Amino acid sequence: MSVTTLSSLALAQRQPSWLVRLFDYKPFLIVMCLAPAIGLLAVFLTYPLGLGIWLAFTDTTIGRSGVFVGFENFQYLLTDPLWWNAVFYSVVYTAIATFGKFALGFWLALLLNNHFPFKSLLRAIVLLPWIVPTVLSALAFWWIYDPQFSIISYLLVDVLHWRETNIDFLGSPWPARFSLIAANIWRGIPFVAISLLAGLQTISPSLYEAAMLDGASAWQRFRYITFPMMMPILAIVMTFSIIFTFTDFQLVYAITRGGPGNSTHLLATLAFQRGIAGGELGEGAAIAVSMIPFLVFATVFSYFGLARRKWQQGESND
Amino acid sequence: MTDSVAQASAVAKTAPDTMAWDSGLRRLMMIYLPLACFVIILLFPFYWMAITSFKPNAELMNFKEHNPFWISSPTLAHVKHLLFDTAYPRWLWTTMLVAIGSTTLSLLASTLAAYAIERLRFRGSPYVGLGIYLAYLVPPSILFIPLATVVVQFGLFDSPMALILVYPTFLVPFCTWLLIGYFKSIPYELEECALVDGATRLQILRRITLPLAVPGLISAGIFSFTLSWNEFIYALAFIQSGANKTVPVAILTELVTGDVYQWGALMAGSLLGSLPVAIFYSLFVDYYVSSLTGAVKE
Repeated sequence: MSVTTLSSLALAQRQPSWLVRLFDYKPFLIVMCLAPAIGLLAVFLTYPLGLGIWLAFTDTTIGRSGVFVGFENFQYLLTDPLWWNAVFYSVVYTAIATFGKFALGFWLALLLNNHFPFKSLLRAIVLLPWIVPTVLSALAFWWIYDPQFSIISYLLVDVLHWRETNIDFLGSPWPARFSLIAANIWRGIPFVAISLLAGLQTISPSLYEAAMLDGASAWQRFRYITFPMMMPILAIVMTFSIIFTFTDFQLVYAITRGGPGNSTHLLATLAFQRGIAGGELGEGAAIAVSMIPFLVFATVFSYFGLARRKWQQGESND
Repeated sequence: MTDSVAQASAVAKTAPDTMAWDSGLRRLMMIYLPLACFVIILLFPFYWMAITSFKPNAELMNFKEHNPFWISSPTLAHVKHLLFDTAYPRWLWTTMLVAIGSTTLSLLASTLAAYAIERLRFRGSPYVGLGIYLAYLVPPSILFIPLATVVVQFGLFDSPMALILVYPTFLVPFCTWLLIGYFKSIPYELEECALVDGATRLQILRRITLPLAVPGLISAGIFSFTLSWNEFIYALAFIQSGANKTVPVAILTELVTGDVYQWGALMAGSLLGSLPVAIFYSLFVDYYVSSLTGAVKE
């Protein structure tokens, strides 16, 4: 009784103008609410994506709109040793860095999943490399990798006496490649660890209790409980990690700019060098577009590869 | 009891007992030692960055006479050089402006979008949500070349406005996805009550849904702020003049000059550029962790 009087009172008090009624009309409201987000994404994401694919088939340079040239850019790239070099390093970089990040990140997550004092403080500290701007921490790595005043060289040569000479981190191709991979792993560990930690905390302790009663060893508990239960979240985190490692730009651009002798170019830095710095927009776009097949393949591989296992082992057991 | 178990496990290492995890030494070796290594390695670059910023050049280049891990005579020369001889304050200001502008824009757009997708519920709303989510998977490295031509077409080249408009392309998908999760956790019955009482949809959003979603909005906001503060490739490609650059780009392109690197100034710049996000982070740690893990749904 009281409810009806209240609502009729409210209705009587408010004279709904046509504007209010328009904004209460559901289809109109839906369009209005979606318009800003969809508009921004359409203009600055979908359109450029299409434009990029179109540019890859033209010979556009900065200041001159190009003409359609078919597959010429791609044919040129296939004969370009620098492009092959970048493809090779992008794949190596992604493979080793992803493996390192997940091995170490999973380990760190398992460590953080234990009980010890100052746990939340430690969790906060661990995430720091991920919060700080990548370029700025990359600069710190550049300084750490300095040929003369590297602190790592100092430790190995003057403190531990393991080596006679300083390590030349960035002066020759393979050391430079591995130095960049190490920096990438350093930056990626926190994200993987904290995401996987969230997954670990959802695993019911009763599973471990049951396994302990059955006499399972620590390794068996990890192998047959933790690992399978983590598959879904591993698949998602790994997909993200692979996509953003393969298309990485900042670390390489900040530390080596593709050097020495173009040996550490990733596809993204090569695209920047040709497209923006060199002005060959068409060719740069072609290099960027050539990343797409790798990305699709990596996504399908990591996501469905890992998700399928979950499906084989049955997922509804909780 | 536990002592005997611990001894037994120490002897029979091949079959680690579950109780052995509680024994002190084993715990030290298996948990604290690796954790300490992780923390040292993860924090060392920051320590090195900080200590380099306050070292005089003589100490920086001489490890024989000075212990490189400590400062004998700290100096503010590098910070002073940075603040008074370069455009660093200007870069900080631009970065702040861009980060706040793009965060506001993305929060506005994604709150409305998330509300429409999760609460207004129309045919195909899950697909719109999926589409926005997929936009997050398009990496900036693929987009920056065509986006540069779009920015030029709009006459925004070399203007911070370009960055404010472009950053939402990666912020909106993330925020929308986060807020959808948050709105889901708010009981629908509350809105139904308000509808029965004659509130309009916009009143419901403003008076009921948004106040309840404040933690989600904070998460999305601080995350967007951090992501736009850290963004590099768009800022590098779209901004040409030294004065309009953001901190990460400016340090790399304006401070790295010649063959002799001013490591002190470079590290001081990196430290000062990291501090705002680090302070922000320390104030809102829990929001970061919850938004990173998507644990907002509880």
